[in-house]
Formats: sequence, structure tokens, C-alpha cells
Amino acid sequence: MSLEIIGLTVLWAFLFGYVIVGSIDFGAGFFNAYSLITGKQHILSNIIQRYLSPVWEVTNVFLVFFFVGIIGFFPKTAYYYGTTLLVPVGIALILLGIRGSYYAFETYGSRGHKGYSFMYGLSGLLLPASLSIVLTISEGGFVDMINGSPSLNYDALFTSPLTWSIVALSLTSVLYISAVFLTWYANKAGDPKATQLMRKYALIWSFPTIITAGGIMVELRSHNVEHYNNMLDISWTFGLSFLLFLGTVWLLWKKKKYGLAFGLLAGQFLIAFFAYGYSHLPYLLYPYLSIHDSFTNEAMAISLIIAFVLGLALLIPSLYLLLKLFLFNKDYVKGKKKNHA
Amino acid sequence: MGNADSVFYSRVLTELTLSFHIIYATIGVGVPLMIMIAQWVGIKKNDEHYILLARRWARGFVITVAVGVVTGTAIGMQLSLLWPNFMELAGNVIALPLFMETFAFFFEAIFLGIYLYTWDRFENQKKHLLLLIPVAVGASFSAVFITIVNSFMNSPQGFDMVNGQMVNINPILAMFNPAMPTKVAHVVVTAYMTSAFVLASIAAFRLLKGSNHVYHKKALYLTVKLGLIFSIATAIIGDFSGKYLAEYQPEKLAAAEWHFETQENAELVLFGILDDGEVKYAIKVPYALSILAYSNPTAEVIGLDQFPVDERPPLYIHYLFNIMVVIGMGLAALSAFYWLGKRLKWSFVDSRLFRWLLVLGGPAAIIAIEAGWWLAEVGRQPWILRGIMRVEDAATTSGQVDFMLVLFAGLYLVLGVGSVVVLTRMFRRNPVEQEIEDRKSDKGGDIT
Repeated sequence: MSLEIIGLTVLWAFLFGYVIVGSIDFGAGFFNAYSLITGKQHILSNIIQRYLSPVWEVTNVFLVFFFVGIIGFFPKTAYYYGTTLLVPVGIALILLGIRGSYYAFETYGSRGHKGYSFMYGLSGLLLPASLSIVLTISEGGFVDMINGSPSLNYDALFTSPLTWSIVALSLTSVLYISAVFLTWYANKAGDPKATQLMRKYALIWSFPTIITAGGIMVELRSHNVEHYNNMLDISWTFGLSFLLFLGTVWLLWKKKKYGLAFGLLAGQFLIAFFAYGYSHLPYLLYPYLSIHDSFTNEAMAISLIIAFVLGLALLIPSLYLLLKLFLFNKDYVKGKKKNHA
Repeated sequence: MGNADSVFYSRVLTELTLSFHIIYATIGVGVPLMIMIAQWVGIKKNDEHYILLARRWARGFVITVAVGVVTGTAIGMQLSLLWPNFMELAGNVIALPLFMETFAFFFEAIFLGIYLYTWDRFENQKKHLLLLIPVAVGASFSAVFITIVNSFMNSPQGFDMVNGQMVNINPILAMFNPAMPTKVAHVVVTAYMTSAFVLASIAAFRLLKGSNHVYHKKALYLTVKLGLIFSIATAIIGDFSGKYLAEYQPEKLAAAEWHFETQENAELVLFGILDDGEVKYAIKVPYALSILAYSNPTAEVIGLDQFPVDERPPLYIHYLFNIMVVIGMGLAALSAFYWLGKRLKWSFVDSRLFRWLLVLGGPAAIIAIEAGWWLAEVGRQPWILRGIMRVEDAATTSGQVDFMLVLFAGLYLVLGVGSVVVLTRMFRRNPVEQEIEDRKSDKGGDIT
């Protein structure tokens, strides 16, 4: 395996991590706000709060890791994506800023501000939409070279059905991933009401997710034939991913093994995410930027990989400890221990 | 919007983001150490007041961390969004410390979450103290790695330039550049110093505003003592930084000191104003600049005349230098006086006037941090990579930077106001007397 592929695999894995933990976070904010409107907040709030509080900061790091890493391994991405993405990523940053800090303000400062909960829920839906624009742009066709420097063509971007398909997929999958996770979590907490509610949401959002995912294949066929053909070559992976999806839905329907259901969901997205990434190769930004002409020098690549291995040796045990103390700690999950700052 | 506008607004936005971020970042680096020390002192002296101090600091700390994290994420991405050409070039050499910084941040984030939610889980406070070590280490190492990136911009090395391309790259050599030791040490120590004085401000303020609880007195004495230690360290490292500048970045030193002509026996210009190229109302100390630069009163110090006009930094950085040094010295003197006064039982150090001075210490330290960073950054103009890439060649070509500037300014306003309101409300509603009472009824009276 070449250094390029190792680097990219590492980064893709972290982006996948962000997709999962970020989705849980964004979706939880939305469900929390939604339960406020429908008067069901007493059912969900505690569960959501108990999960989010110790991990909200960690969620952010996955994203930071990805964008710092991609600039490190592929410095030319800074030039192409940095120049074109100022506005969409800038807006995402502002939403992240308000969201992250107000989460802390609310949790540790003062409780029970409704307007804040709505903002938190709404920003959780806008964020995946603004971040997923990056995926759209990477498919090519939205960046024009003007006087030798790249520039984003907003008209093309906002009128393209591909854009809206990807936005729709990001929204539905955020709600779906989050709902499945919270079903499991609420069930662990021994909270049947929250479990039932989240299970209902999970089932509601499962089909839009799979339909929008399929829709993107159709869009790509007319937008980026090369990518579409690459995806067809490995269509069995998408088939496998679909089987896992059916497994999750079946378990939810039968009201059993929610932990396994979430595991299957993670597998479904993992396979689809990597298959999508693999079929996108060798381009980082079609057709300007491939992984070969943008890769950093060998000395830096090797030192980054060494730093990564050492870093992981530190992180994995720490993450394990975090999960063990909170996510997999029965008393904590059930809210039996006094757990406050 | 033309390219010159993009450069201008990119600079303003970067400066705005960093100036806002470093307030929270400095606290984020220093406060975990203070919490750790308080927790440790509490265990050692078996004094619940210090443990409570650690706990209350930690609670406030979360708010500042949140703003620090989100503004840090913003500046991390703005580097690529506003300076894409710079990142494209320098990313080849300096990605390693940037990458390592995210690990330090990750490490800190994990253990901070654990620390905050396990206050009542461990009977043994020593176990809880252990959780603080990775938080403090992670926080300090974030500062170390990110300052390494900045020091690389001041003294780039670890590569050869061939036809505008960087070749023969050595990432380790790039990290251990000449600016790195003094810069890293100065940043870390001033963060500790500032945090100590900010926490001292709070204690002094509570004492002034009616509470006469021994808790605040202990807090004040501990933080001022720490402030004294770190301000002495700051002064020593500051001196090394001056010597580094004389050797490697003489134009920055010359601009900061208004040292126009290369000469031996160089005098140090303190204060003063610049009027049409003439220095007025300044205090001039003979030989002091030569001593500062080379520890030798007769040494030759390079002046601005050695540099072409378009490679000289702006001369207003002299004022920033003065602000930074005067505040640093003032705080060292103030804390030394307090410490001595406490030992010798001078009643003056417990007077209202002196406490007001201590209240001002925290904000003053933050002003010094800002002034110091502006001095360091503006003093590197016109370069973004000293000697290699000029700022105007590094900026984005995007035409929407002014729009983003407005949006981000709004964000920082909201975050700044929000964090101040939340922090004051948090501690007003739950004063320490109340918390001690609550804990007493919880635990059955083993705390006074």
C-alpha cells in the first residue's frame, strides 16, 4: 500500500468517526428541540444530556483531526478547497461556534432556556448541510479556474440536483443514526418511554435515508460518469451495506438487540463510506486534484504516520476509558450516580 | 473586491480571531495547572477549601474551554481558508506539529470530560488528581505544538528552496528552529502567569465585595504566589527572547526598540513617541540595548538601516513592546510586594487599595498577552514566512472575505458577552459560602 493510500485511509477513518459521533450530536439536538415542541421533553432530555455532556468536546476533535490531517498529507487541498470554500465552511464554523459554546453555557451555566434549545436543534440540521457541500464540490463541475485561481460557481452549485441529493442524504442519515443510537442508549438506561419514542423516530427516518442514498447513485450517473462506473465496479459493497441496513431495521422492528442494531448501522455506513471513498479515487477534487499530484513529500508523510501511530497508542486507551466510565457504565447511564461538575 | 482588499480583510479577520482566541486559549493552558496545584495542595494539607477551589475553578474553566475550542477550530480552518497559498507551501514542512497539536487537544478533551463528571465517584481525591495530569499536560502541549508552528514562520528552516519549491524536507529540523525554545517557553510561562493573576483577580474581587471568607484569602495567597513565580520565569525567558531576536530577527528587535542605526554601545529607548521620524519624550538608557541583546555593553546591535525599506516592520510595535514589558514588570513587583507583605505582616497588603490593584492584575496580564502577540506578529511583517513568502502573496483570492469578517465579528461578540454573562451568573448564584453549607449538609459536617 502506498503512503498516499495509508494517509487517506487514516483521514477517511477519522471523517467516518466524525460522521457517526457528529450525527449523534446533531440529531440529539434536533430531537431535543422537537420534543420541546411536542411536549415530550421530559422523556428525552435527561437521556440526551447524560450522553452528550462528557463527550461533546471529543466530537469536535474528530473534525479538527480530519482537516488538519488532510492539509498535512495533501497540502494542495489547502489551495483548492481553501480558496473555494471560504463562505460555506466559514458559515459552518460559525454554526459550530454557536453550537459548541452554547451547549457549554447551557449545561454548566443556566438551564432551561427554550430559545437556545431551538437554535441548538436548528443549527444541528444546518451544519451537516453546509459541511456536505464539500462532498458535492469534490465531484467536480462546480469549480471554475478564473485567472489561474479556483473559484466556486454558486449558481451551478445551488441549481444542481446532486447538491440537494447530498444535502438530503446528510439530513436524513443524521436523524437516522442519532435515533438508532439513542434507542440503544435509552434502552440501556432502562427508560422504556424514551426507548419507544426513539425507536419510532429511527424507523421513520430509516427509509428516507436509504432512498436518498440510492438517489445519489442516480445523480452521479449524469454528473460524474467516471465515479459512477467506479461505484458500479464495486457494487457488491453497496449491496452488503444494504443488507446490514435491513438487519438494523428488522431488529428495531422486532424490538430486540438494540446494541447489535446500532452495530449493524455502523457497519452499513462504514462500508458505504469507504466504498464511496474508494470509488472516488484517485481524485480529491475532480478533475483538478488527484492524490498523487497533491501528496506531501516522503519525509513528512512518514513522520506524520509515525506521529499518528504514537498518537493512537495514547488515544485508544483513553477513549476506551471514557466509554467505560460513561457509555458503558450502568450506574452512570441510568443516572444513579451523582455526576456533575 | 480586488486582491489588495482580500489581503487586508484576511489580515483583519485573522487578527480578530487570534486576538479573541488567545484570551480563552491562555486561560485554557494555564488554569488546568492551577486546578491541579489547588487539588494537590488540598490533598497535602488535608484542607477541603483547596479541593473546593479546584472544583469551582474547574466549573468556570469549562465555559472558557468551550469558547477556546470553537474559536480554536475557527482559526485552524481559517489558516487554510484565508491563507491557502501559505498552507500549500508551508504545509509540506510544518504539518507535523499541527497534527500533533490535534492529538494533544484530543487527549485533553477526553480527560477533561472524565475529570468533570467523576467528582463524586472517587472517595480518594488522589485518584481524581491523577485525571488532571493528562488535562494539564494536554493543554500545555497544545500550546507547545502550535507555538512551534508559529516559530517556524519566524525562522523557517528544515528545507531548501529550489525554484520556489521546498525540497530536502526535514520535519524535525523544521520543528526545532531557532525561535522555538524561547517562543514556546515564553508562551507557556506567560499563560501560567496570566491564569494565576486572573484567578487572583477573582479572589481579590470577592474579598472586596463583602465576602471575608478564609476560602478567598487562601485562594488569593496561593494564586499571587504562583503569579510571582511565573512572572519571574517570564522575565528571565523574556531576556532570552531579546537575545534570540538580536541574533536571528534583528529587524524585529530594531523596530521594537527604535534602534535605527547599527552601532556599538547601543542605548535602550524606553517609552517616548515617534514624530516625523524623530523620537521624543523617551527615556534613553545607555548601553542597555547592547546588554539586552548580547549581555555585553559594547556589543554592536544591528539597526533598521541594514534592511530595505519594504522589509521593515511597522515602528508602532515599540508601543506594544512597552505595554508588554511594563505590565510584566508591574505584576512581578505587585506579587512580590504582596508575598513579602504577607510574610512580614504588613497591613497595607490587605487594604482595599492593594486589593483593587490585585483585581486589575488579571485584566492587565491579558492586555500584556495581547500586546505581546501583536508585537510578535506585526514585528514579522511584511513576511508570513520570514525571508520566503510575503503576506500579500499568501492570502486568498476569494472576494468574500469582508462578508466573513462581519459574520465572525458577530460570532465573537456573542461568545464574548455570553461567556461573561454565564460565568458571572454561575458564581453569583452559588457563592462559596452557599456551596460549603451544601456540602456540609451532604457530608455531615467535616468541612468548615
